Amino acid sequence: MKLELRDITKRFGSLVANDSINLTVESGQIHALLGENGAGKSTLMNVLFGLYTPEEGQILLDDEEVTFSGPGEAMAAGIGMVHQHFMLVPVFTVAENVILGHEPTKAGGVLDLGAARKLVRDLGQKFGFDIDPDALVADLPVGVQQRVEIIKALSRNAKILVLDEPTAVLTPQETDELMEIMRELAKSGTSIVFITHKLREVKAVADTITIIRHGKVVGEASPDASTHELATMMVGHDIQLIVDKADREPGEVALEVDNLTVFDVNNQKVLDDVSFDVRNGEILAIAGVQGNGQTELVEALVGLANKVKGEIKLYGEPIQSASVKKILDAGVGYIPEDRKIDGLVGDFSIAENLMLDRSNGKPFVGGFFTIDTKFRDQFARERIEEFDIRTQSEKTLAGRLSGGNQQKVVVARELSRDLKLLLASQPTRGVDVGSIEFIHERIVAVRDAGLPVVIVSTELDEVLALADRIAVMYKGRIVDIVPGKTERAKLGQLMAGVQE
Amino acid sequence: MTLERQFDAAAPIQWKMPIILSVAALVILGFFGFGVDSNDVVFRWSNDTDAIVLANTAINAQLLGIVLGAISVLAAAASIWFAARRKQVPWYLSLIVGFSFIVGLISSVGVGTNVNVVFILSSTVALSTVIVFGSLAGIIGERVGVVNIAIEGQLLMGAFVAAFLGTITGSLWVALIAATLGGALVSMVLAVFSIKYLVDQIIVGVVLNVLVSGITAFFFSTVMSKNGVGTNFPGTFPIISIPFLSDIPVIGPVLFSQRLTTYLMFILVPLVWFVLFKTKLGLRLRSMGEHPLAADTVGLNVNRTRFWAVTLAGLIAGLGGAALTVGSVGSFVKEMSAGQGFIALAVVILGRWHPIYAAAAALLFGFAGTFRIWAVQAGAEIPSDLIQTTPYLVTLLAVTILVGKSVAPASVGKAYEKQ
Repeated sequence: MKLELRDITKRFGSLVANDSINLTVESGQIHALLGENGAGKSTLMNVLFGLYTPEEGQILLDDEEVTFSGPGEAMAAGIGMVHQHFMLVPVFTVAENVILGHEPTKAGGVLDLGAARKLVRDLGQKFGFDIDPDALVADLPVGVQQRVEIIKALSRNAKILVLDEPTAVLTPQETDELMEIMRELAKSGTSIVFITHKLREVKAVADTITIIRHGKVVGEASPDASTHELATMMVGHDIQLIVDKADREPGEVALEVDNLTVFDVNNQKVLDDVSFDVRNGEILAIAGVQGNGQTELVEALVGLANKVKGEIKLYGEPIQSASVKKILDAGVGYIPEDRKIDGLVGDFSIAENLMLDRSNGKPFVGGFFTIDTKFRDQFARERIEEFDIRTQSEKTLAGRLSGGNQQKVVVARELSRDLKLLLASQPTRGVDVGSIEFIHERIVAVRDAGLPVVIVSTELDEVLALADRIAVMYKGRIVDIVPGKTERAKLGQLMAGVQE
Repeated sequence: MTLERQFDAAAPIQWKMPIILSVAALVILGFFGFGVDSNDVVFRWSNDTDAIVLANTAINAQLLGIVLGAISVLAAAASIWFAARRKQVPWYLSLIVGFSFIVGLISSVGVGTNVNVVFILSSTVALSTVIVFGSLAGIIGERVGVVNIAIEGQLLMGAFVAAFLGTITGSLWVALIAATLGGALVSMVLAVFSIKYLVDQIIVGVVLNVLVSGITAFFFSTVMSKNGVGTNFPGTFPIISIPFLSDIPVIGPVLFSQRLTTYLMFILVPLVWFVLFKTKLGLRLRSMGEHPLAADTVGLNVNRTRFWAVTLAGLIAGLGGAALTVGSVGSFVKEMSAGQGFIALAVVILGRWHPIYAAAAALLFGFAGTFRIWAVQAGAEIPSDLIQTTPYLVTLLAVTILVGKSVAPASVGKAYEKQ
C-alpha cells in the first residue's frame, strides 16, 4: 500500500512539532525517517496512527484521502505500529495481547483462545519466528516482545508497518534479525516506515531516507550517502562524531567492587557477584542491553540498593553500607539514568535544581537555615554560562527546558561538586547531538583531570566513543571486561551473554 | 558458552511463612490443646426439625486440640523443610493450620457445651454477604483501573433507597432495583469526576462516602424517624428453601435456605469471575487496568469503558446495600454499613483482585463476626472485650499470612488522559 502525507502540521501550544511535512512511502519499500530525538518523527507517526489530530494536512492511502479519529480506524485502514515503548500488557499472554481489540469469540462473547493461539503460530511460521502463544509477555526478553508487537500489527492485516525506534532496546544481533524480518516483510508487499536516529541502521536496511529536523523535512537521501553527509543533514551543521580523547595512562585504583550481589524487594537476585575496579583517570563503560542489572549496579554504588552483599571500596573506604548522603559527601557525582524522575524537580527553577544536593549548609545555606539566594543565583548564572545551558534566566523552571538542556543542568550540578568519582548513567539519552558532543567532552575532561569515571550506556556508539575499558553486563552479571577499542561484533556477542 | 544462570540460587531464605505457621501450631497445641479442660465438646450438625437429623458428635476437647496441634506442628515442620530448600511453601499447609486453628478455637471456647455448627456456618455466610458484594464492586473497579473507595457510600445509598422506595411502593422488587440504581448513581459521580475531570480517585471516593453518609443520616432523622412505618418498613425477602437441596444435612441450611440477595451473591461471584477472565469484555476491561495506552492503541475507548465498568461496580455494591436492609434486618439504620465497604477493599487485596479468592476472604471476615457473637453466647472464659477484637486479629493475621506478593493492576488509580 502506498502512503502519502501532505503538508502535515501539528502544534502543541506554541511549539510546532510538525511543520507542513510531506512524505511518500511506496508500496513494499523500507522508508527510513531519520532525525534527532525531538525532531518530530514520533509525533508525525502518532498523527498517522490517529493518536494525534493534525491542525493541517492530509493523509492519503493509495491516493485516497483518509481521516482517522483514533488508532482503531487507522488499523482498520491497514496501518500497524510498533511503538517505541511497547503497547503490551505484561500480565497477559502473547495470544491475549495479539487479539486484544479484535478478539475471536465463541457464542456469548466467550474468548476463543484456541483460535488466538493458532493465529499467533500461523503468523509466526509465515515470517519465521517461533513464539509460544501461552507465554506471559512479562517473562519474554524485549527482543521477543517486539516480535509480539509485529505479530500484533500483522494479525490486523497491516499493509503499512511503522517501527518507532525499534532498535533502541535490542542487542546488535537482535537488530540484525529485526532487519532481516523487515526485509522479509517488505518482500511480501508490506510498506515499512522505520523511525530512527541511528545512521548505521538506516544505511543497512533502508530503500529511501527522509531526514527531519526541528519538525521539518530537510531532505531526502539514498542509503549510499555517507554517514557524515547524513549526520550533517540530521543535525543541521557539520559535526564531529568522535570525541577527542588522547590516550592516557591510568593511575591508582580508586573504586573497587568485590563480589557485589544485590537483591530486590522480592529477594530476587538482580545483581550477581559483580567485581571490577576503576582507576584514576580512566573511564569504565558498563555496556549491555537495558535491564541487565546496570540500573541496580549504579544504585548500589550510590547507596540506593535494597539488600547488598559484597564490598564496595572508594579509595580504600568501604561504602557498601553507607548512606546516600555519606557517599555523596565522599565526593561521588551521580548522573541518574532518568533526569525527569531522579535528576531534576521539574517544578523547581534551574537555580534551585543546581543546589538540590547541597542544601545542608554553606555556601548555599547560611545562618537560621535560610537559603542564600544571592549566592544561589550567582552560582546558577555561572553554571549556565559554563555549561552552555540555553535558557532565558536561572529562574526558568527546569521542566520547561529541552531534554538536552535539562541534562546539562544535571551534569552541571554533579560536575561542580568536589568530585572524587563520577557515575553517569545514560548521560546522553534523549539528548540532541549538539548536547551529546558537549556532555561527552565534559566527561572526558573529568577523566583527563585524573578522576575515575563510570558510565552506563546502552548505546554502543557512546560506549565506544568514551570508554577506556568496557564491562559488558548480561542478566545481572559482568560477562567480561574488555579494552575500549574492542570490535563492535565482539561486544554484541558479549551483550547477548555469549563468551568464547 | 551461554551464561544461563539461575537468578535466585543463593537468595536469602524466606522464613516468614514457617514462623507464622509454627507460632500458630504452638498456639493450637498449647492454648486449644493442653490448656483446655479434659471435657467433652458436643458438635451439633443439625436441628431437630430438619428432614435428616445427624447425630451429635461428642469429643474430648483437650484431645481434639492436641490432635489438631500435632497435625499443625507437622505442617509447620513441612513448611520449614520447604523454606530451607528455598521452595515456595505449598498453600495447603497454611490451609491445614488455618483450619485447625479455627476448629481448635471453637472447641476450646465451646468445651462443656454444644456447638451449633449450622448456626456458625450460616451466620458466617450471612455476615459475609455484604462484604462479598462490596468486594466484587471493588474488583471490577480496580481491574479496569479505578479505585472504588466509595464502596461504603454505594452500600449505604443502596440500603437507604431500598428501604425508602421499598416501603413507599410496597414492593421488594422495586426496593432491589432502586438499590442497584442508587449504588450506580454514586459510582457514576465517582466515574465522572475521576475519569472525565481527572480529579484524584481517592479524594472523590472519600468525599462521596462522607456525602452519602450525611444525606442518608439527614433523611433518616428528618423523615424516617418521624414516620417509620410509612417510610422505613420495607420488610425482607422471604427465606427460600430450595427443594431437596435444602434437606442435605449441614450444607442444605447453610447454602440452600437463604434470602434472594444471598442467592444473587452465589450467582454473581462466579459470573464476575467468568466475565473478567473468560470473555472478550473481561480481557478488554483488564487491559485497561494494566496498560490503558495499549488498549487505546488497539482502538478501544478506555474512558468510556472505564465509566460503564465503574457504574456496573456501583450497581453491584447497591445490591450489597439491599442485602443490608431488605435482605436482612428489614429497615434502614443510620450508618448501617458500618465500615463494611472498607473491609471489602481489604478483601479485594486479600483476594488478589480475584472474585473467588475474594469471596473466600470475605468468609473469613464473616466467621470473625460470627465468632464474636457466638463466643459471648457460649459463655467463653475469655473476657468479652478480648473476644470483640477477634475480627481485627483475624484481619491482621490474614493480611500478614495471605498477602505475600499480591500484585495490583498496574495502572490502578491513574487517570487516562488523551492528547
